[in-house]
Amino acid sequence: MTIVPICAAPIMQHETVQMAHGAGGRLSQALMQKFFMPNFHNFFLDPLDDQAKFNLPAGRTAFSTDTYVVSPIFFPGGNIGELAVYGTVNDLAVGGAQPLYLSAGFVLEEGFPLADLETIVVSMAIAAEKTGVMIVTGDTKVVGKGQCDKIFINTSGIGIIKNGVNLSCRNLQAGDSIILSGTVGDHGMAIMTSREGLSFQSQIRSDCAPLNGMISAVLETVPSVHAMRDPTRGGVAATLNELAVSSSVGIEINETSIPIQPDVRGACELLGIDPLHVANEGKLVIAVAAADAAKVLDVLHASEQGKDAVIIGSVIADHPSMVVMRTAFGSRRIITLPLGEQLPRIC
Amino acid sequence: MKYIDEYRDPYLARTLLDEIKRKTSRQWTIMEICGGQTHSIVRNGIDQLLPDSIKLVHGPGCPVCVTPLESIDRALAIAAKKEVIFTSFGDMLRVPGSRRDLFVVRSEGGDVRIVFSPLDALQIARCNPQKEVVFFAVGFETTAPANAMAVYQAAREGIENFSVLVSQVMVPPVMRLMLSSPENSVQGFLAAGHVCAVMGYEEYELLACEFQVPIVPTGFEPVDLLAGILQTVELLEEGRAEVVNRYGRVVSRKGNLIAKTLIEKVFEVTDRQWRGIGCIPQSGFTLREAFARYDAEKKFNVTHICSKESPLCLSGRVLQGVLKPDSCPAFAKECTPEHPLGATMVSSEGACAAYYNYHRNVML
Repeated sequence: MTIVPICAAPIMQHETVQMAHGAGGRLSQALMQKFFMPNFHNFFLDPLDDQAKFNLPAGRTAFSTDTYVVSPIFFPGGNIGELAVYGTVNDLAVGGAQPLYLSAGFVLEEGFPLADLETIVVSMAIAAEKTGVMIVTGDTKVVGKGQCDKIFINTSGIGIIKNGVNLSCRNLQAGDSIILSGTVGDHGMAIMTSREGLSFQSQIRSDCAPLNGMISAVLETVPSVHAMRDPTRGGVAATLNELAVSSSVGIEINETSIPIQPDVRGACELLGIDPLHVANEGKLVIAVAAADAAKVLDVLHASEQGKDAVIIGSVIADHPSMVVMRTAFGSRRIITLPLGEQLPRIC
Repeated sequence: MKYIDEYRDPYLARTLLDEIKRKTSRQWTIMEICGGQTHSIVRNGIDQLLPDSIKLVHGPGCPVCVTPLESIDRALAIAAKKEVIFTSFGDMLRVPGSRRDLFVVRSEGGDVRIVFSPLDALQIARCNPQKEVVFFAVGFETTAPANAMAVYQAAREGIENFSVLVSQVMVPPVMRLMLSSPENSVQGFLAAGHVCAVMGYEEYELLACEFQVPIVPTGFEPVDLLAGILQTVELLEEGRAEVVNRYGRVVSRKGNLIAKTLIEKVFEVTDRQWRGIGCIPQSGFTLREAFARYDAEKKFNVTHICSKESPLCLSGRVLQGVLKPDSCPAFAKECTPEHPLGATMVSSEGACAAYYNYHRNVML
């Protein structure tokens, strides 16, 4: 008589994340070999040591970290993985750094579909390639069902700032031009209109994109740019306020020069939201001496991300630390920081 | 964008402003009733563009601002219950109750959700039959039809795990109160366009006649507001105490009959407390007996919760147009959107918040 062993389904063939995927054992190994290594592999990551070891080129080092908890994790125009790479790359780039290396930490919820994880990891790899960074170290933890929402990602990044570049939000001077690289509010409204519970559909896509290429082109042409920021949470309003406060200057912007897509404007009107308060993930605010503004605009216009760039206002000595808008009617109003959450988990 | 751009046209606005200046021969005090109008005026700086002889004062038409403290405290008590999903328009979450707000209740584990319509709340009730879903039904006549519809549909479908915490008020009784006050300085009104869209303006004709004031139903965009102000100035200059509709694309004399029928079916008129103002007789709605099982106050037995206002907050005087927000001693000092003393500093329609966010004229 032959005894046929009754086997459970092979342990490695799960369709969803199991607690064991984060326990450091065979399933953790499988996760590494199946998802992370084939996509992220590079000279520094491949040895799978507990740390990446590398030398840095000459220049000042920039170091930044951000954690991504966006909901939904897949949204029109991107996903949490792309956002996690571009977000940290952009945070380095707006400081004038060339981004080089990233770490990636994942918190996965038990039961999260592995197919979704694969999609996210693949898009992170593509995003890293596009931006010229390497993901050189990483970590994965699994938490029980309900203890996080699907997937959270932390990325930290290191970049190098070339000599001669000195970008800081303290550098604004009266007379500077304020440039905005494109339309406002695309990311925030893409997220908002793709959330459940809002019964209108739109074609709004997130502007989630890397900015390091465009920034390095700007700095090649005008290394003396005073400050750059990417207006993410809190939108352009928050960024302008931070710049005004940090440099103790006033900023005046013109309502009629703020670029905004009709769909985004319509959604903001319907929901009663100020588009200047809505998050962006692929835009730049640049402060530069007025004499150099045209050169910066030329460089921006040559790039896909900067084709709609315009001067939206200027830095003035009046009302230090305040941002004021000249309305279409010729009156003036204060642009304040948004108070509290407009929409949670936007990035 | 259609229906927006033509009503924000700077050229049209300039023409109307010139006409207002030309027609105005003396000092006039005009009140815009609705908080939405206040925000549009301050946000677009319309008050800066008007001639000095036109004084705008801001009215009581901010639903969040006038919702009484005890309704907020009752909401907080209901929202903290384990079996409850508490739903509300977003603005109500930050309004301070006696000790905390709905955000704090949520951070302590309460299931508090922002919805954009009471019908969304009803849908949550359909999807969560094991939970009690409560909607915070605040507002003026504008929100009454949708709130009535939610209750009406719940009754028709036999949905028993849904109820509404009603704090529903009406414009004409508070106008009557203001006009009867010896402190009143208002000579003409911009009536709230969206309230009139529902209720029409027949009732305002009685007020105009009785108190000899012009009343002009007015929209919310800059050109709407300027057209409403111009019309009010013309009526004042000509000494005509009439109602003239300047929001014709939305408002008719009789209002929305279907909406009014539904309100009548579900609600009856009752005395209501107004935050900062006090009790105004026959100034709001409550559920009719036939729909009493949808009354959250009764269902959760919170009618015993009574609350007292902080004496520091002067929002009642702001709401009645007697005090300008920036004339309040606490404005932008003890009272800011981060630490509001009263609801007028919280709501997106509150006059104090409008001044704080867009104006603070002194600094410009």
